[in-house]
Amino acid sequence: MNLDFSDDQKALQDQVRRFLAERCTSAAVRRIVESDETHDRDLYAGLAELGVLGAAIPEAYGGVGLSKLELCLFAEELGRVIAPVPVSSSIYLAAEFLLLAGSEAQKTTWLPKLAAGEIVGTFALTEGSGRTTPDKVKASVRNGRLTGTKVAVPDGAAADLAVVAARHGTGEGADGISLYLVDLRGPGVERTVLTTLDPSRKAATFTFKDAPADLLSGEGDGWHVAGQVMDRAAILLAFEQVGGSDRALEMARDYALDRMAFGRPIGSFQAIKHMLADMYVSATLARSNCYYAAWALSTDAAELPVAAATARVSATQSFQHCAKNNIQTHGGMGFTWAFDCHLYYRRSNALALSLGSLSTWESLLIERLRGGNAAVA
Amino acid sequence: MDFEDSPEEAAFRAQVRAWIRDNAPRHLEAELKTAGFADNGIRSTDPLAACRDWQRKKYEAGWACLHWPKEYGGGGYQPIQRVIFGQEEGIYASLSGPFGIGQGMCGPTLMAWAAEEHKQRYLPPLASGEEIWCQLFSEPASGSDLAGLRTRAEPAADGSGDWIINGQKIWTSGAHRSEFGLLITRTDPSVPKHKGLTMFFLDMRSPGVEVRPIKQANGQSEFNEVYFTDVRIPDSQRLGAVGQGWEVSLTTLMNERLSIGSGMSLGFPELFAFCMEAEIDGRPAVDDSAVRSRLATYAVRQSGLKYTGMRAITALSKGQTPGPENSIGKLVAGAAMQELAMFALDLQGAAGVEMGDDQPLQGRFQKMLMRSPATRIEGGSDEILRNIIGERVLGLPGDVRVDKTVAFRDIPTSGRQKA
Ligand SMILES: Cc1cc2nc3c(=O)[nH]c(=O)nc-3n(C[C@H](O)[C@H](O)[C@H](O)COP(=O)(O)OP(=O)(O)OC[C@H]3O[C@@H](n4cnc5c(N)ncnc54)[C@H](O)[C@@H]3O)c2cc1C
Repeated sequence: MNLDFSDDQKALQDQVRRFLAERCTSAAVRRIVESDETHDRDLYAGLAELGVLGAAIPEAYGGVGLSKLELCLFAEELGRVIAPVPVSSSIYLAAEFLLLAGSEAQKTTWLPKLAAGEIVGTFALTEGSGRTTPDKVKASVRNGRLTGTKVAVPDGAAADLAVVAARHGTGEGADGISLYLVDLRGPGVERTVLTTLDPSRKAATFTFKDAPADLLSGEGDGWHVAGQVMDRAAILLAFEQVGGSDRALEMARDYALDRMAFGRPIGSFQAIKHMLADMYVSATLARSNCYYAAWALSTDAAELPVAAATARVSATQSFQHCAKNNIQTHGGMGFTWAFDCHLYYRRSNALALSLGSLSTWESLLIERLRGGNAAVA
Repeated sequence: MDFEDSPEEAAFRAQVRAWIRDNAPRHLEAELKTAGFADNGIRSTDPLAACRDWQRKKYEAGWACLHWPKEYGGGGYQPIQRVIFGQEEGIYASLSGPFGIGQGMCGPTLMAWAAEEHKQRYLPPLASGEEIWCQLFSEPASGSDLAGLRTRAEPAADGSGDWIINGQKIWTSGAHRSEFGLLITRTDPSVPKHKGLTMFFLDMRSPGVEVRPIKQANGQSEFNEVYFTDVRIPDSQRLGAVGQGWEVSLTTLMNERLSIGSGMSLGFPELFAFCMEAEIDGRPAVDDSAVRSRLATYAVRQSGLKYTGMRAITALSKGQTPGPENSIGKLVAGAAMQELAMFALDLQGAAGVEMGDDQPLQGRFQKMLMRSPATRIEGGSDEILRNIIGERVLGLPGDVRVDKTVAFRDIPTSGRQKA
């Protein structure tokens, strides 16, 4: 038994960490947060060059051909620095949809471009407030043309290509949903960039009117495929959340060592010390759950759906917990725009909502444990 | 990354499995499944005798204290083999309960500090379950603040070199059935508290030792008061130098945290099974979204602990020593057990108030409710564990201390405050 990454994998992670420490500074994140720039294009190009984007894409499609394990570790690093780039939408989602369900032609057309960072992909599912269930998908495709609205599409400001869940014709329920590739620069697409909780990654709402749509996978299996891809993406997002948790804890720890009150460092007050100890506990549990999920992802294990939901719930709780208490530890400074605490707080809460919110994943986890594809203990 | 056994591990597992299949006391299996807390469920025979039988059988086959060296009654196996044995032993592992403190804490302390002839004399019967040991550390005035203990050891007036012990220990688990005890005492009150301590081991049947059971909040009597009146201990039973007791105790406490924290179950599978059966408005409780949310939170804590344990085993198998980060096991498990029990009873409604074997899962949740407060206190309270994580893992400064450099006898205490 070995529940750890290999030394080679850790060496690659380290390389990405060093690259990001230099290129994705707080100033770089703030440049995106405080401007209309959709994302940090130089950083994104750098990540493509370094092989981060193409890490888990086969060489035949322009990728590097590493495994999902490396991608998990890269995700952790991106989360640690709250990188203002659309990796999760373009790689964990769009590229994964193509890999899992794309035709050979679709893969050869799009994957090399996604891996090279030439274009940005995303996944458009949600149409309104509340938990997304099959009956809430109203967008529809007739004669290869998509009409409908998708809201809060992640990285929608930067995206060039979307995988869109829509009804084929008049199909009903989950079986009436199919997936389509839509060129967001093409005709019939209207994009409205949103003001969101986390402006380091800019979401958008899309209105489609007879936009050309290319069927991905078979008609009627959209809901099923989307579920599979979202499970996989949830694991990678959970690694981003673990990276973010660690960094928020580190910031709080450093501040607690430095800041003096009543003649002593605030870290010597138990109220602060114990709060940080609890952050450490959440972050550790989340990390361990993520390692289990990384194993399931890389081996395509039968437990993957349970492992994904476990990692997602645990990492969402952990990042929210660490980010909010990081602000608390910083006192008034924590509530200033100038300190980075709010950037982590924003990211933690935005990530908690993307791909299905915490309560959705909690419910999924229990359904899956009940389904019995993994031991309950 | 994998959960597979290496070929050697698989061979070892097969060997263990075959042996357990042929030797485990299978007639006790059904009763063991009804185990509660500090109660192994055995009614058909003397529970302690059942534990001793299984322990002796393991010992004779070389499966007791797997990671101890063979010459001291252990198996001489690798840490990972110990883990595999535990997995295969399954429910029968609960028969090891009475030996836990001795084998988990006293044994390693003897191994590190006792004279060679003592190791050869005492470790094998400790491994075989023939002799049970207890840990005589806590006192009425010193639990978390262990170094504040007052039980005195003074050189005997007859010049024999023996030590004379006077004082009182409390919360001593299993003292009533122990042959030996690990005893920490104060030999010098004129120096700062951590410097004047000395460790001994003693025969619990020595004249002047009196064990009085304490009735616990949950009605059981697992722990005791132990009084020492002019108890004589030969100097040869001293562990470490005079004044080195604190250092010796750290060996014990480090092992305590490991053995208590590792592999602790929160009872989640039982709760989950219960939520499949229990009903809310005529539908399984597990369909209710509030129930799901609570269950999910416990599920990820349980699996987080499980995989944290596996990461620790991975580190161990790479030759790294487990550190203070392992404190999280008991910290998470104790609080979770308590919450989980309250939640399970909430679902039982007014009927949940009844204690007894007729309740779902033989009243497990009621027993768990009543035992879990102790888990949050014994072997380092939640607060002490948070201090350890804060200070030793995260590197935060210690509390402001008023007692570190003063002579022990000058430290203000409840009955002796400074004017
Ligand atoms: C079931 C059970 C079995 C036990 N078995 C044994 C045994 O076999 N041998 C043995 O020697 N002992 C045993 N103990 C004793 C146990 O180790 C002590 O109870 C424990 O260390 C706490 O000490 P205390 O009871 O004196 O509480 P106190 O130390 O008085 O603590 C009271 C409260 O104050 C808090 N507190 C104390 N110091 C601090 C601090 N520095 N910072 C923040 N909070 C603090 C504690 O967390 C606790 O909440 C057992 C206890 C139990 C419950």
